[in-house]
Amino acid sequence: MTTTLTSHRPRPPAQPPTLRARRLPKWLPPAVALGALLVAAAIVYGAGIGGPVLVVVVGALLYLVGLFAAANAVEGRRSARNRTWSALIHSAFVLAVLPLASVVWTLVTKGLERFDANFFLTSMNNIGARDPEGGAYHAIVGTLIQVGIAALITIPIGILCAIYIVEYGRGRFAFAIRFFVDVMTGIPSIVSGLFVLAFWVLVVSPYFSSTGRPGFSGFAAALALSVLMLPTVVRSTEEMLRLVPAPLREGAYALGVPKWKTILRVVLPTALPGIVTGVMLAIARAAGETAPVLLVAGGGAAINFNPFENNQSSLALFVYQQAGDASRYAPARAWTAALTLVALVLILTVAAKLLARRNRLGR
Amino acid sequence: MGETPHRSADAGTGGTRVTEGHQWPAGASARMAEAPVSVRTPGGPGLGGGGALPTARRFGAERAFRGLTLAAGGFVLVVIAAIAIFLIAKAVPALQANTENFWTFEGWFPNDAEPKFGIGALAFGTVLTATLALLVAVPIALGIALYLSHYAPRRVGTSLGFLIDLLAAVPSVVFGLWGREIFLNPVRDFSAWLNTYFGWIPIFGGDGPFGRSILLGSLVLAIMVLPIVTSLSREVFLQTPTANEEAALALGATRWEMIRTAVLPYGRPGIIAAVMLGLGRALGETIALAMTLGITFNISFNLIENGGNSIAANIANTFGEANETGRGALIASGLVLFAITLIVNITARAIIYRRREFTESAA
Repeated sequence: MTTTLTSHRPRPPAQPPTLRARRLPKWLPPAVALGALLVAAAIVYGAGIGGPVLVVVVGALLYLVGLFAAANAVEGRRSARNRTWSALIHSAFVLAVLPLASVVWTLVTKGLERFDANFFLTSMNNIGARDPEGGAYHAIVGTLIQVGIAALITIPIGILCAIYIVEYGRGRFAFAIRFFVDVMTGIPSIVSGLFVLAFWVLVVSPYFSSTGRPGFSGFAAALALSVLMLPTVVRSTEEMLRLVPAPLREGAYALGVPKWKTILRVVLPTALPGIVTGVMLAIARAAGETAPVLLVAGGGAAINFNPFENNQSSLALFVYQQAGDASRYAPARAWTAALTLVALVLILTVAAKLLARRNRLGR
Repeated sequence: MGETPHRSADAGTGGTRVTEGHQWPAGASARMAEAPVSVRTPGGPGLGGGGALPTARRFGAERAFRGLTLAAGGFVLVVIAAIAIFLIAKAVPALQANTENFWTFEGWFPNDAEPKFGIGALAFGTVLTATLALLVAVPIALGIALYLSHYAPRRVGTSLGFLIDLLAAVPSVVFGLWGREIFLNPVRDFSAWLNTYFGWIPIFGGDGPFGRSILLGSLVLAIMVLPIVTSLSREVFLQTPTANEEAALALGATRWEMIRTAVLPYGRPGIIAAVMLGLGRALGETIALAMTLGITFNISFNLIENGGNSIAANIANTFGEANETGRGALIASGLVLFAITLIVNITARAIIYRRREFTESAA
């Protein structure tokens, strides 16, 4: 024992042993970044293959390689991996923020160009290609009417359906409903538009219209939107109903309250804030849909308050039509309408999220 | 019970039944709690507490309410079935009038006297743009989600997460408008650059014009899908049990090793579900693609030349001048899209259902 110990007795080390692993000095990563950029600039401009954007891209790649090499030499492989992935994740963030920031920036700057009273108080009726005027009043009216009707249709059905799934449903049938609600979430908006076209516009509407011919209407658009809203409402309501604590229900049953009354008087009020949040999110999503409105409401230039007859426009459809319009004043109208639409949708979404945050049932 | 002697006397007769009602644990869910009520419905003479139960007439309301919710639940199945039935009914006549093979013909002339149309190129374009969009968006989205959940300071992560949620609500027509008016120029420059230096790769070949290409469409689609995938996977990452993360860190793992060993395996089903839902969105996206693609009807892997088309974009673009056969043809193409998205969604749901704990977060 003693012999081995003495034979392994450490010689005086070249440097004092420390508990801490060796770390890259703080100044090294920025230095590597600078060096990478310089090398990239030399390569790109030397070979004449691109501009500043390419310099940044090549520089970023060189930085990753250089950082990995430096960290590998000083700190070891594991730490080098950690640093490289960290750099990758941060750059993913920067990469995604650029286009999204560009969307928001152009939306605001270009949208404010026509953000005036005239835009909100006039329609596109009798507005020619050379008229700088014209507005989205008819489209705003259309959006509000269609989304309102869709909400009126969807909210009762959606909430009742969720009640069935959570409170009554059991066995294979309830599972099928749950499953198909989930599947319905993924129905493309254009398919729901085609469905209402095939069902309401082409088959049912001739019986109602005075001419006996199939006609577009705002109500058809509302139907298409409600097909899209229904699964969202059911899912969020279902989730909220499940969060209602069981003792609340059991307390009501113990007092002899029938089940339906328990649901209406105890369960629903408890879950109400969450349900409202879900409904508002669904409405926000429906308000931004273009394709179904294009297929079944047709769009139009005039103000139409009657959802059951004649074409109606909507904000999203207005944006689409103005974007395809050849008039040189059309893009400004499109951007302002887009800004209005985004403002509408975001106000609904933010209100819904704040409501959800304030009245959170325990998770 | 002790204060009401006549009831406690009755209770002796149904003694076992009373305890039966308590077989379920106190914390049982509502489904369980329902059972005692229905067990006693066939109103025999007083069981324990039976005198306080409502009479049969009151249970009429119960039955009516139950029927109402059942009807609402069944309505979902009816809608799904109706979508399939009406689309098929309207598509069949047009398919019979088609003088070319619906699956292989590359072109879309359903309004001619001899209708000729084929889905092949459109379905190809739909799948190609959606796949490319996901290839771009998913790594970046996962990077951002990791950044927000594990790298950024908590406060920054929460508020940026809120912003990402808001971006997910921005209507697609806005992204389409941005892609067509703003993003087109950088993408055109990039395409020309790719063509100059990588033209020998077939997908970057061609003589131009560049710009309104598959590349532009997929990139816009990627930017749209990004917030959705990010917000879903961020929620999944946040749900990783703290104990797992701390255990990994306590064993000396670096931050990346902790993410790789604790966060990613735990979140895998959630990530898959998020990606599949993003894919569903990308496949069904209409307006953004209709505004950015160059609309041709041939199958080509060339990414940067003007061209590209998708089922949904084709519906939006050609619906305006479609006659009856044309509408039928578009409905037939919508049916194909419906089938594709249905398959994707059912697969996604099957994955989610296998790991039920992710259902709430990934819906």
